[in-house]
Amino acid sequence: MSLLNHFKPAFWQKSELSTGPFRQMFNFRRIWKIAVLATSLVTLIPLIFITSIDYNYTQKSIESENLLRTLRIGSNARRSISFFLSERLSALTFVVRENHIENLTRPEKLDSILTNLRASFNGFVDLGVIDQNGVQINYVGPYSLEGKDYSSQEWFKEIQGRGFYISEVFLGFRNVPHLIIAVKYTMPDGSFYVLRSALDTTRFNELLSGLELSGRGDAFLINHGGVIQTPTLYHNQVFEKIPYAVPEYSEHTEIREERNKAGENLIICSAYIPDSPYILIIVKEKDELMKPWRDTRFILIGFLIISMTVILVVILGFSTYMVNSMYLLDQRRLSSLHQVEYSNKLASIGRLAAGVAHEINNPLAIINEKAGLIKDIFTYTDTCPQNSRIIDLIDSVLASVERCGKITKRLLGFARHIDSAIENVQLGNIISEVLGFLNKEAEYRNISVNIDLADNLPEFQSDRGKLQQIFLNIINNAFSAMSVGGRLEIKVQREGENEVVATITDNGCGMSDTDLGKIFEPFFSTKTKIGGTGLGLSITYGLIQELGGKIHVTSRLGEGTTFTITLPLQPPHPVKRDS
Amino acid sequence: MRVLLVDDETEFVTTLAERLSFRGFKVDYAIRTIDALALAEKNEYDLAVLDMKMPGTSGLELKGLLEKIQKDMKFIFLTGHGSEADYVAGSSASACYLVKPVKIETLIAKMHEAVKA
Repeated sequence: MSLLNHFKPAFWQKSELSTGPFRQMFNFRRIWKIAVLATSLVTLIPLIFITSIDYNYTQKSIESENLLRTLRIGSNARRSISFFLSERLSALTFVVRENHIENLTRPEKLDSILTNLRASFNGFVDLGVIDQNGVQINYVGPYSLEGKDYSSQEWFKEIQGRGFYISEVFLGFRNVPHLIIAVKYTMPDGSFYVLRSALDTTRFNELLSGLELSGRGDAFLINHGGVIQTPTLYHNQVFEKIPYAVPEYSEHTEIREERNKAGENLIICSAYIPDSPYILIIVKEKDELMKPWRDTRFILIGFLIISMTVILVVILGFSTYMVNSMYLLDQRRLSSLHQVEYSNKLASIGRLAAGVAHEINNPLAIINEKAGLIKDIFTYTDTCPQNSRIIDLIDSVLASVERCGKITKRLLGFARHIDSAIENVQLGNIISEVLGFLNKEAEYRNISVNIDLADNLPEFQSDRGKLQQIFLNIINNAFSAMSVGGRLEIKVQREGENEVVATITDNGCGMSDTDLGKIFEPFFSTKTKIGGTGLGLSITYGLIQELGGKIHVTSRLGEGTTFTITLPLQPPHPVKRDS
Repeated sequence: MRVLLVDDETEFVTTLAERLSFRGFKVDYAIRTIDALALAEKNEYDLAVLDMKMPGTSGLELKGLLEKIQKDMKFIFLTGHGSEADYVAGSSASACYLVKPVKIETLIAKMHEAVKA
């Protein structure tokens, strides 16, 4: 708590004077709050707004980029697969058109064609010629399938209508995943035959695995029923159903987002391969695709937090500095007002004292002269015989008049020096004059005052009135701090060639270190409950500075206080003003 | 030593004149400026003790008028007032400045000092 107080600006620590002739011009805490709030809102709202827009825009942009890239890969893969199939269909079409049926029924010729096809297009496993009855009349390949009757199979019926056929992937006799492609050739007499070949799916797999799919991306083929046709990396096995809905037919490559059973967001790209039973499926994990976005997001949020922190620190620091400066200026204004009022008050007191002294001095002078005359009559004439009792009484009257005269002269002397004037002064005399006002109080309260003046004290040029005020304030404070039977030590000595030092030590109540640090601040008082204004020492400090001097104070709570005043023997040079 | 006392306080000036007379001074007194000037026209004085403030004329003005009549006359200002302006004016007018009440011995000492100066 005390550490927090240490950092609190001056305007925050002080209670505010909101009423009275010396009220502060502003509510500084309120100004500070408004300044911080307004500048924070004006700077932070646009920053947050722009960052928010950028956040969303960047997120959407990265999402869109991911979708487009996946769509592009899907589209390219679709063309590649389509091309793969159509290329092989075209090769078979070329063979049936280029070769007469007689050639194709010769095993050595068919074998030669298969060899050429394998050399030109990879993936061809075997080659068979099937007549219009569905019987395989010639076959070259790794199996013995010549004479096999396909007339009852669906594909043979389908090819008669379409002219070509591409099968789904299946295991077949070989128990190896493969697919069949076949073309029909109709001869001039209306009869037809079919050239049929099994394709190895390895090429498919190579095509799909060669796609640039980052991370846990997966690409495979399914049939229209959703059965997986090629191996997958992270999904089910070949010939199992995919765990997602089969995409609806579309001529174009489509993309959609879906959440799987594990709760992961997926991007699924699908493309129907034309003239085939296949659908290309590319699956990507959205979270993985958005990883670059997450990195960017951390940077963006980090930048926002750092920016907001810097802005707030600058706003807080600058607002505090500005409001504190305003507060200090206002304090200076109040202090000046008080000082003017104090000076005016002193001047009024001076004028009043001079008027009272004048009014009293004249009757006092008459009393003095009349009493003196009575004494003279007793002394210088024979009219009245000598009467020592009467002479004593007259001397007593004269002594009282002299005492009154001293008081009124002291008042006049004090009033005379209120206005600023540099003259030759003797510090010892000034202190004695000031103590003259306090002698009776010292007597009543049994306070002993000890003055120790060094022998080598010179007269020096200074302002008598200001010096009187300085010592009156400090000695008055010392008297206030002391209880009955107190002791005040005043020591004046020369310090070096150019300074004189006065030390005033009392054995009064003293001050705590906290109070000591604020003692010269305007409006700080430990005597507010008994009418202290908190300005006496502030004004004293200002007066000493005006005289070019310094003041230092040490104090121990319960033991007493020492003020050390150092004054120059030459008055400070006045500030030169431009004419 | 012949002395002229001028003060508008009759009680004061008559008593002081009598006391100085007891001590061997030849003393005339006036409570108005016009009377003081008339006395100066008629008699020759070594010294004048003037009040600073009198009805109509200030001590400084009276000093100027008296100096015109008697060039070598010395002056002491004796006043109940002690304002800064009076003090500065009185002190700088080649005269001694005393504030009432003052001991007769002090006044006489100052009178001798003034005449010797």
